[in-house]
Amino acid sequence: MKGLKFILTGIFFGIVMAKSEAISWYRIQEMFRFQSFHMYGIIGTAVILGAIAVFVIKKFKLKDSAGNPITFTDKEKSWRKYIFGGSIFGLGWALTGACPGPMFVNVGYGYWAMLVVILGALLGTYLYGVFQKKLPH
Amino acid sequence: MLELLKQPWPWYTSGIAIAFTMVLLLFFGKSFGVSSNLKTMCTIAGAGKRVKFFDFDWKAQKWNLLFLLGSVFGGVIASNFLTNDEPLKLSAATIKDINELGIVFDGGLNPSQIFGLEFLSSFKGFLTLLLGGVLVGFGSRYAGGCTSGHAISGLSNLQIPSLLAVIGFFAGGLIMTHFLLPYIF
Repeated sequence: MKGLKFILTGIFFGIVMAKSEAISWYRIQEMFRFQSFHMYGIIGTAVILGAIAVFVIKKFKLKDSAGNPITFTDKEKSWRKYIFGGSIFGLGWALTGACPGPMFVNVGYGYWAMLVVILGALLGTYLYGVFQKKLPH
Repeated sequence: MLELLKQPWPWYTSGIAIAFTMVLLLFFGKSFGVSSNLKTMCTIAGAGKRVKFFDFDWKAQKWNLLFLLGSVFGGVIASNFLTNDEPLKLSAATIKDINELGIVFDGGLNPSQIFGLEFLSSFKGFLTLLLGGVLVGFGSRYAGGCTSGHAISGLSNLQIPSLLAVIGFFAGGLIMTHFLLPYIF
């Protein structure tokens, strides 16, 4: 089954997010109050190792499992959408303590109330689609 | 071994595992970014008929939905088989600060005062959680990605736009935490 590897990768990711407490509202509060290294350690380690991995992949022109070269798309050049959109995202992240991945991991963990947050996130995504053309990018 | 896994995992384990997840998806020919799934779900729900933004072939994103489904299972496994009774080791300063907001640290991952049935079933509680979600959904699509797409994938690829997005994430998070939360809770 072709999809199984993605489910397994997701399971691994979900367990890691839960066990390292990255899905915790408390931990996100602690991060935004600069009262612990925990979340900075998680994101920092991931980015440093990720950057090394991307460098190696590019340097040695590594291929994916299907034999195609691994490519990276540059993000669109702009600043408004990133600063404005990012800030709106941050408001929600600090309020609910969850970004999109952890919302779903939390539902699995048994925090059913997160379903309302997910419903909101779907609504927010829809609203963006509706107002996209009217927003500064 | 299982006893070891039941303890909370240190931050570096998680950092390594998240980088590994990103690399694994790259080797599967995909790119790590969770919030695109929200767009895909809108499309599946039929949003493409009304709004052009959602009019795309979502089947190409099926792998990402499977990844998301897996992460839900991951949560189920972690809470049922990999927990111990130790409370989360939250810093004393944070416990004190959120106490001032009227939120008691209960030792779990999330405060029952915000994610419990009582708050959820109140008008204010439901609206707060819904609105929080709206901000996350709207903001991540506006910025073209969330923590995974920008903070992990984007920064790993040394993308300046992703750095700007992460600065935005923090600007918003700091405003909410230090200026708005006292008026909400």
